Amino acid sequence: MKKIEAFIRHEAFEPIRAELLDKGFPSLSIVEAKGSGRQKGIVERYRGSTLTVNVRPKLKLEVVVEDKDKSLVVETILKHSRTGEVGDGKIFVLPVEEAIRIRTGEEGEEVLQVHSEPEIPA
Amino acid sequence: MKKRLGLAVMLAAFASLVLPGVASAATVAETLAAKTSEIDMLWVAVATVLVFLMQAGFMFLEIGFSRQKNVGTGVAKVLVNLAIVTIAWWAIGYGVNGAGNDFFGTDGFFFHFGQTIGSGAEAFDVAASDTMLMLFGLAFCAVSLAIVWGTTLERIKFGAYVIYAIVFGAVIYPLVAHAVWGGGLLSDVGGKPVMDFAGSSVVHLTGAVGALAALLLLGARKGKYGPDGKPRAIPGHSMPLVGLGVIILWIGWFGFNGGSTYETAGAFFGEVMLNTQLAAAAGVIGASLAVWLKSRTLDVGMAGNGAIAGLVGITAPSGFVEYWAAPIIGFVAGLIVVYAVLAIERFLDDPVGALSAHGLAGIWGTLAVGIFGSERLIVEGAAPGIWYSLFGDVSFSASFGQLAVQGLAVAFTFVVVFAISFATFALIKATIGLRVSDEEEEAGLDISSHGMYGYPEQFIPQPEYSTGLPSTLGTGAAMPAPSPAQMTATESRLEA
Repeated sequence: MKKIEAFIRHEAFEPIRAELLDKGFPSLSIVEAKGSGRQKGIVERYRGSTLTVNVRPKLKLEVVVEDKDKSLVVETILKHSRTGEVGDGKIFVLPVEEAIRIRTGEEGEEVLQVHSEPEIPA
Repeated sequence: MKKRLGLAVMLAAFASLVLPGVASAATVAETLAAKTSEIDMLWVAVATVLVFLMQAGFMFLEIGFSRQKNVGTGVAKVLVNLAIVTIAWWAIGYGVNGAGNDFFGTDGFFFHFGQTIGSGAEAFDVAASDTMLMLFGLAFCAVSLAIVWGTTLERIKFGAYVIYAIVFGAVIYPLVAHAVWGGGLLSDVGGKPVMDFAGSSVVHLTGAVGALAALLLLGARKGKYGPDGKPRAIPGHSMPLVGLGVIILWIGWFGFNGGSTYETAGAFFGEVMLNTQLAAAAGVIGASLAVWLKSRTLDVGMAGNGAIAGLVGITAPSGFVEYWAAPIIGFVAGLIVVYAVLAIERFLDDPVGALSAHGLAGIWGTLAVGIFGSERLIVEGAAPGIWYSLFGDVSFSASFGQLAVQGLAVAFTFVVVFAISFATFALIKATIGLRVSDEEEEAGLDISSHGMYGYPEQFIPQPEYSTGLPSTLGTGAAMPAPSPAQMTATESRLEA
């Protein structure tokens, strides 16, 4: 199992969510994140003084999938979140040890996503 | 029985029609005079309500300019101040403000119906219309007090409000109001009266000078000045609330200036209200332009400050100048407020710009009467403004004399208010303390002074959800293993 963490622009989320659902990955979460990177902070002006906010708002998208689905999900995220400008974000892939569905107590890869086909066409 | 009564009423009505002479000319005149006075007081009542509405304006303006941890305290402050100043004004303030000697009023303490106020030919027994005017005066006093606290946001001890409100409502504001409006020193300076129609100096400068005294003893908010001594922005949490506050104040000002006519004769209040509107509009334009030229952005708060400065500027001249002068006065006030906020901020931490918007614009408004005061409108004994010397036949000695008298009002207000306010705040500082501790300031006044947050969900997770789980899971009972039936149900749902 892999956990895919992607820091993306807010506007990229909706197309990613729609396509992942379409391909059979409805289970994901997002967190409002603030961070810094190569993109500069925001300079605010308030009553004549300037104020630099050094972190920018981003969305952190988290999806946990079976190993074989990793590339598909990463490609989907890349497809919709890349504008070519500084500030598009980053994707991290992490190993996941266990997955447990709280409602039933089920364990294993089958709790991750809902898809009926055994193989997902790429 | 009913029919007979109806017939009697009809006969009486008919008789009154055919016998108009029953009411003599004298009683008609008396009735008209009484009705006129009643209509006048109805207008003052409307204006009083508008001026009290300004408390909501100050509340939202100051809350909007505060951070989220200091919003509830703004509500408590306005309510408690308004309450204390009401009692202080009724018991003492109104008496100090009214008829008396050159320095203070001597009658009208613990204001009550039938009380005799004043002496000689000017003495009167308190009736309902005097009560209406007394309440109108209280609304002004409360506005003046509300201005004081603009400089003290986010760090002052709540007890300071309570003590200063008593002194302010009982002594400080009444002394200034008495000097200008109550027949005191400034109502006749060598034959010339100070002209302050609704209180650019009496109300607004007074509040701002009190604010300066408090600020000098209180110091800046933590973090306002960087290690290099340069001011840093501490943005207020809600520009929409600032905007709401500004518009409420703006609307309230129609009562503030318009009501200061005290009468409906000739609908003169209409002129005053148009002047008020023109100056407020020009204030927004002046401040927006100034801040745009300075920083190439249209600062939202500064546009609001510009409206307030325009309104403060026109407060004294509103009943004394022609329509063309009002936008000039407002525009200059708008310019003043921007440059003053930027200059003052280098040394003093005034979160809402009260020193500039009420203080400097108040001084400008008081002096503007001496520049633009129109011959048609000024009070008896006063001289028209310098404009009418430059472009008319008024002698320069007369118009400069009036300007000097206006300047004297500014100086008098500053000295009297600053002396008493500084002494009061110094006493508070020496006894109960003026400022909260560093920890309390960092935590915010809402939680440290009031034990609650103004926006609790920003700071505390909602505890009401923690016990609301419908299943046994929330009770800590051992989790039952899923039965085969449940598993099958889950799988079939997944495939569907």
